Amino acid sequence: MSRTLTYREALREGLDEEIARDPNVVIMGEEVAQYNGAYKVTQGLWEKWGDKRIVDTPISEAGFIGMGIGASMLGVRPVMELMFWSFHSVAFDQLVNNAACVRYMSGGLINCPIVMRGPANGGTNVGATHSHIPEGLFAAFPGLKVVAPATPADAKGLIKAAIRDNDPVYVMENTRLYGMTGEVPDPADGDFVIPLGVADLKREGKDVSIIGHGRSIIHALEAAETLKEKHGIEADVLDLRSIRPLDVEAILKTVKKTNRVVLVDESKGFGGVSAMVSHLIQDNAFDYLDAPIKRVTTMDAPAIYSQHVEDEQLPNPRRIVEKVLSLR
Amino acid sequence: MSSATADTPRLDFAGSPINKALTAEQKIELFRKMQRIRRFEQEALKYYNAGKIGGFLHLYIGQESVAVGTLSLCGENDHNITAYRCHGHAIMSGMEMNPLMAELFGKATGCSKGKGGSMHFFAPDKGFWGGHGIVGGQTPLGLGLAYGLKYLGKEGAALCYLGDGAVNQGAFHESLNIAALFELPVVYVIENNGYSMGTSQKRSSSYRGCLAQRAEGYDMEWDVVDGSDIYEVRAKTHIALERARKQHKPAILEINTYRYYGHSVADANAKKYRTPEEIENYKTNFDPIRLWRKRLVEEGVATEEQLDAIDKEAKAEAAASVKFAEASPAPTIESVMDDVYWETDNNTPASKLGQHFFTD
Ligand SMILES: Cc1ncc(C[n+]2csc(CCOP(=O)(O)OP(=O)(O)O)c2C)c(N)n1
Repeated sequence: MSRTLTYREALREGLDEEIARDPNVVIMGEEVAQYNGAYKVTQGLWEKWGDKRIVDTPISEAGFIGMGIGASMLGVRPVMELMFWSFHSVAFDQLVNNAACVRYMSGGLINCPIVMRGPANGGTNVGATHSHIPEGLFAAFPGLKVVAPATPADAKGLIKAAIRDNDPVYVMENTRLYGMTGEVPDPADGDFVIPLGVADLKREGKDVSIIGHGRSIIHALEAAETLKEKHGIEADVLDLRSIRPLDVEAILKTVKKTNRVVLVDESKGFGGVSAMVSHLIQDNAFDYLDAPIKRVTTMDAPAIYSQHVEDEQLPNPRRIVEKVLSLR
Repeated sequence: MSSATADTPRLDFAGSPINKALTAEQKIELFRKMQRIRRFEQEALKYYNAGKIGGFLHLYIGQESVAVGTLSLCGENDHNITAYRCHGHAIMSGMEMNPLMAELFGKATGCSKGKGGSMHFFAPDKGFWGGHGIVGGQTPLGLGLAYGLKYLGKEGAALCYLGDGAVNQGAFHESLNIAALFELPVVYVIENNGYSMGTSQKRSSSYRGCLAQRAEGYDMEWDVVDGSDIYEVRAKTHIALERARKQHKPAILEINTYRYYGHSVADANAKKYRTPEEIENYKTNFDPIRLWRKRLVEEGVATEEQLDAIDKEAKAEAAASVKFAEASPAPTIESVMDDVYWETDNNTPASKLGQHFFTD
């Protein structure tokens, strides 16, 4: 059995279940409690769980994120909301020096079971500083785990796995997905957890592999529909879901099946998740490729504000279709 | 501010030298500037709600006296910088409504060519170094403006605005330390509207008497200002600015003010974290424009009719800026790649070296 939930509700249900399951889970961040969250992911949780479990913090990312990391070393399991992932910059030291390195530097003596979550995306016309898409950036720091759910079910399953994980897990959500609905398994049918590191084939095809994560998957599915109807092309759409650990096996499997690859990634052209995936494919499946690997990324400039242009700067279904057609 | 009432006794700063020096025209000009800011934003609000303006829209309505009072003391040697709630500072710095409204509409004729939006107005030629989106991130930049002035041996001072929520960012504390240590001509203006989003100052800040008092820990001057009285804003800011200009000493001013609307227009909780009475009390008893208007009439500087006429002009100017914005072209998709690197825009020999852009 399953029900239809929004992405936002699915995340909330996952958080709620984990708070109930483990008394050490604490939610923390700007406006998460009394205000119910800037994007309403935590709506109702403060009313239900109170001040001890749902904590409003001042606007001081370095301070409260560092505090969460410190508390996690002692066994608290904080889930920190970044109002936007774009504000990571203010707490970068804590995010990449402390959370990522302390386990290694201590020779495994100290763990950081912390979750950092919040929206990471462009496409909301809020300009350069509010539109960063940093999953590739954080995945580049060993010690950190990074996931990017594309559907409500994945959002719930992954947030629950993230909270139970004993390493820092950075969950990249997407403002443009919060209102999206989808089927989510009923809690009555058992604990629904999606392990980190397992990709998901969201659509089966044979002619081309479209690989991505997060909102790119929604675009890829739409593009795949167009490709089928207008061009008779059947696309495999592989959702990475987890950026690190990365399901390399699933990537190679689809590539070996279709022999053509388009990677979709909301990062900029330089670096990003797709650059790494591209490298892995050419390194491990070069002989299977019938065409060069192509990417659809965000045009390589800071995010433009203009509501007339920003969606064109980002990957979108039209750009994916064009790129797939260019492979022939 | 919200616990005060209309009868709370106040000092009169009309007699302070900087205010005594004001001509009738200059006093009327202060009114005109505040009214233009308000009318511009009311028009923007209308078109945001109509879906013509994207992203965020953080309105300054209620706080106009802060930008107008403080910046009315600034000359061509002075500089200012603020956060995302930047429309008031932009207009007060001398930016025209047309390019501002066009920017909100995301048009190529906007002050940032449609690239910045509401949070990112800039006019460096007018000493206005912009609206900035990261809370507290502008505070070291304001420090840098002051450092630049001193380094270059220039006159003037830097005004750096921040909110009551921003005072808790580490960057601000680091800035205060350097400002005092290096003796830099910067005046930090905390625009205390009581709230950072839905969190009241009392729930976000640990402090003794007021936020500005934190300056004491850095051996820095500070003062608290009633933002509803433009005379007081000017009198106290003038002292801080003169000290900065002449002695290169920084200061913090905490100006108590209020925002009438939500944190941004998209603030779904706008009516939840403050009581209607609190908002009403401010609007009726402390509205800086209404109080200034009353004052001008009482002083015999202007008649109600004159002030109405000024307001009408402001309204017409704002409406015209919408026409301009609507008629303006949107940026082209190609323009996304402009303004990233100076040398590629200017097609210099250096722009032929290496590869600058990496798409797909
Ligand atoms: C580093 C960072 N964290 C969070 C935000 C989101 N945010 C934008 S404005 C704001 C409230 C700031 O309040 P305050 O400093 O009091 O200024 P006001 O909005 O009242 O003018 C928050 C939390 C941000 N832009 N940057």
